[in-house]
Amino acid sequence: MELTFWIALATMGGLGLIFAGALAIADKKLRVKENPLIGKVNELLPGANCGGCGSAGCYDFAVKLVEGKASVNGCPVNDTDSVKNIALLLGLDADDSVRLIPRILCRGGNNEAVQKMAEYFGPLSCSAMDIVSGGTKLCYYGCLGGGDCVKACPFDAMVMNDNNLPELIEELCTGCGLCAKACPRNIIEMHPKDRMIFVYCKNHDDPKTSKSICKAACLGCGACARKSEGGLAVINNLGVVNYDRINPDIIPFEKCSSGALTRLNVPDSRNPS
Amino acid sequence: MTQNLALEIMPDSPTVTIPLSQHIGKQAKPIVQKGSVVKAGSVIAEPEGFVSIPIHSSVSGNVLKIHREPNVSGFPKDSVIIKSENNGEAEKYEPMDYNAVTPEEIIERVRLAGIVGQGGAAFPTFIKLSPPKDKNIEYVILNGCECEPYLTRDYRLMLEKSREVIIGFSLIMKAVGVKKGIIGIEDNKPEAITKLKEIAKDFPGIKIEVLETKYPQGAEKMLIKSCIGREVPPGKLPMDIGVIVLNIATAVAIHDAVVKGEPQLYAVLTVTGNGIVTPKNLMVKIGTPLQDVIDFCGGIKEDAVKVIVGGPMMGVAQFDFSAPVVKATSGIVILTKDEVNEHPETPCLRCGKCIEACPLNLIPTKLARYVQLEKFEEADKIEITTCMECGTCTFTCPANIPLVQWIRLGKQRVLNLKKNQNDKN
Amino acid sequence: MTTANPTYRLELTSSPHVHSRWSTRQAMWLVILSLLPPLAAALVFYGIYQLLVIFVSVIFCVGTEVLIKLIRKREITVKDGSAVITGLLLALTLPPNFSLIFTAIGGIFAIAIGKEIFGGLGYNIFNPALVGRAFLQAAFPVAMTTWTIPNFSDAVSKATPLSSLKFDGILTALEPMFVGNIGGSLGETSAFAVLIGGLFLLVLGVANWRIPLSMFFGVLVFGSIFWFINPVKYPTPFFHLFAGSFMFGAFFMATDWVTSPLTGKGMWIFGLGISLVVVVIRIFGGLPEGVMYGILLMNAFVPIINRYTKPKVFGEIK
Repeated sequence: MELTFWIALATMGGLGLIFAGALAIADKKLRVKENPLIGKVNELLPGANCGGCGSAGCYDFAVKLVEGKASVNGCPVNDTDSVKNIALLLGLDADDSVRLIPRILCRGGNNEAVQKMAEYFGPLSCSAMDIVSGGTKLCYYGCLGGGDCVKACPFDAMVMNDNNLPELIEELCTGCGLCAKACPRNIIEMHPKDRMIFVYCKNHDDPKTSKSICKAACLGCGACARKSEGGLAVINNLGVVNYDRINPDIIPFEKCSSGALTRLNVPDSRNPS
Repeated sequence: MTQNLALEIMPDSPTVTIPLSQHIGKQAKPIVQKGSVVKAGSVIAEPEGFVSIPIHSSVSGNVLKIHREPNVSGFPKDSVIIKSENNGEAEKYEPMDYNAVTPEEIIERVRLAGIVGQGGAAFPTFIKLSPPKDKNIEYVILNGCECEPYLTRDYRLMLEKSREVIIGFSLIMKAVGVKKGIIGIEDNKPEAITKLKEIAKDFPGIKIEVLETKYPQGAEKMLIKSCIGREVPPGKLPMDIGVIVLNIATAVAIHDAVVKGEPQLYAVLTVTGNGIVTPKNLMVKIGTPLQDVIDFCGGIKEDAVKVIVGGPMMGVAQFDFSAPVVKATSGIVILTKDEVNEHPETPCLRCGKCIEACPLNLIPTKLARYVQLEKFEEADKIEITTCMECGTCTFTCPANIPLVQWIRLGKQRVLNLKKNQNDKN
Repeated sequence: MTTANPTYRLELTSSPHVHSRWSTRQAMWLVILSLLPPLAAALVFYGIYQLLVIFVSVIFCVGTEVLIKLIRKREITVKDGSAVITGLLLALTLPPNFSLIFTAIGGIFAIAIGKEIFGGLGYNIFNPALVGRAFLQAAFPVAMTTWTIPNFSDAVSKATPLSSLKFDGILTALEPMFVGNIGGSLGETSAFAVLIGGLFLLVLGVANWRIPLSMFFGVLVFGSIFWFINPVKYPTPFFHLFAGSFMFGAFFMATDWVTSPLTGKGMWIFGLGISLVVVVIRIFGGLPEGVMYGILLMNAFVPIINRYTKPKVFGEIK
């Protein structure tokens, strides 16, 4: 009886020791050393895992930051203080992080754009509508009105307005850029928040056609570009802004007949004018 | 509805709109300008790149303009608009003796004549006739099954142009260098079967295979399975298993190009459906606006709700009747509310009817669900790209889910993803 | 670019542009139609009071669905008829002269827990009516096993053929079981009436024939095995086929689109699985009947069955 007891104890104890030893060795040999910085950086990130930085979640982005593979300003959601703190942790200079914000570059809603002579039946999704003869409007470049950007926004910052165009609620927007990725027509572009001048159209049709299909279309007439000193150009029937050279003071905004070229009257934080 | 109506030739329209891209591959480059005088059969655009073919004017007249115009695909395309003078002037290639031509001559003529596949995808036929050397082609199959319900043009061609069909087919076999040719015909066309069998007696190697009538018997993969019992693996082409499939209308076009020297100027199509006043089987000049064809058939009835180019299962719904008939147009189907049978969409009930219906044994409901959730990699794993969009799943679905629309979107996304990955590597 | 405005209204849709006559609503109403023979049989054999039970069950099922859709601010989808079916099916699984209050509770439970909690029609895992019945069975076991005598019967026994076999060792003859001269739930009284409704479903293609067939096949095979082992102790395979709610379950419960497998192969596995559980419970279990648990258990396996019965893609080489 007593012997059995001791044998059992010895076997189990021995086994325990062997496995414990193996684990201890494995722990030493196979240990993956994690930089403690990663955890600290991760804590300073928003933790929304929105993917706006292009990484698979906040932790992945933190790893990239510590490894120097990502820019401190790479997270579009983070506020300036956190960015500064992360930069401090990593011993980097944080350049004044420029907040990006989506701009919806189409104003061809139901009131402006001419509709096809047929009614669409099917799922209300831009990408699904796009493959059925390019949606309900005659314009093949503009907003489809299916609300994919609204569905994509994790922060409820996009809504469809009465004119069936998406509208941004800036207070809710974190600048993650998912709406821009969701748009099959690439109408939504991410721009620095202080950019004020945009051509609200993507139509490349010739002037006659674009005039006939949408009241809000840029006709590519070039009236804006003529005296802009390189700030504006017409490329393939569409006005394009050159943000390096544009000078708001000399652009004849009133010359744009369709109003596609517009200057936002949101107060400019950098150089108030 | 139209199977007993003989083919009619529709007179030229006052203006025709000829798209520069009527085929898969690169758009052709126009060689005419505004004001150029052209004849019926004149080349108006030269091919650019390998997968491209010349485009011919279908009428004689003057070029009005070159402009982006509505297209039956639903997306506008650059097109040449020609005002017809109707003076009967035409340009042709040299007619050739079908007994004496060499394979190279046939392929070159098919290319020059601008012949494209008539099955829907509009793949340039000359490329199909010159498969890569490493593919061992054993069979050529001619598709004598109507690709879609409602359409009867292949049947009319087999009846009225039986000789052209068989000679065209023998030319195809010669061009590819194949001894075995099969014409697969559905068993609801007994007259066509007898007639073609009669003529095929004089052409060794051509066999008529009688097939069960069912949709989609005319789909390439189904046809091969029915005729020779081979299955095309996912992601492969028929030529990978030694087969080339061509259409009846293509065979006739090849006959005309070689024996008569005529480029492909006509589309053979069926105008049908309960929404058209007088259904017809027509030969229509390429570039004729849909409106003119519809008017020629007496116009559209009040209760029509859909105008479809192609067949009811795979065609494209039209919204602008200035869009022109193109080379691959096989029919114009005008449907009434009653024929369409729309029901409200409900959630998937997992009844499995789509799986039973799918001729390729896919799981349409799962594919559509993955696409809705944007899980494109999972969709790819269950072979979303194999889907041929025949539409039987959506036709059957009691929940009326637009499965094909979602799957088509998914296919595009998956192919784009793959392309991006390839570009990166 | 635009043409003159036509007088007719055109539709822009993705292909295919035509659709079969099938629709969810139509299929559901066909199921309701097919339930009429068993309902009639229940009234004939158990009396007019059962109409009240059926009525209460349907009302509470439909009412619960409307209420939940209202709370969740979703579109009210009662018109598709699925809640009516759940109500009818639940009523048909109850014993005769069942308490109306209990029926109402069962109806609420069936829809709320059996269906809507998963997201509504199409998303539920278990057959809602059976979920309701399972709940009642657990909550009110005595009421659920009190079988009253059919109207025209001289029988004194208040037991069903299955319970008399299990607890008293009495084997009921096949003929009364087929016609309906026996004790049991409303829907299981007449195998004949169930057959009429069931065949109606199969012929119209609403229910897939593979499920009932595989269940019949399975129960005959598994039943025969035990019968051969000991023909005195165990009942004949045909007894299994006609006794209890097997017929009813095979035609109306197991064939539910939502909770059965997607593929033909899967349906065979599903049906055979149910019949195995039924035979095992009937022979070895503490309960006289196992159809409900058989179906619920196999419902739980449906996702796995679907996973492993993926059809071979055309041309795929494995």
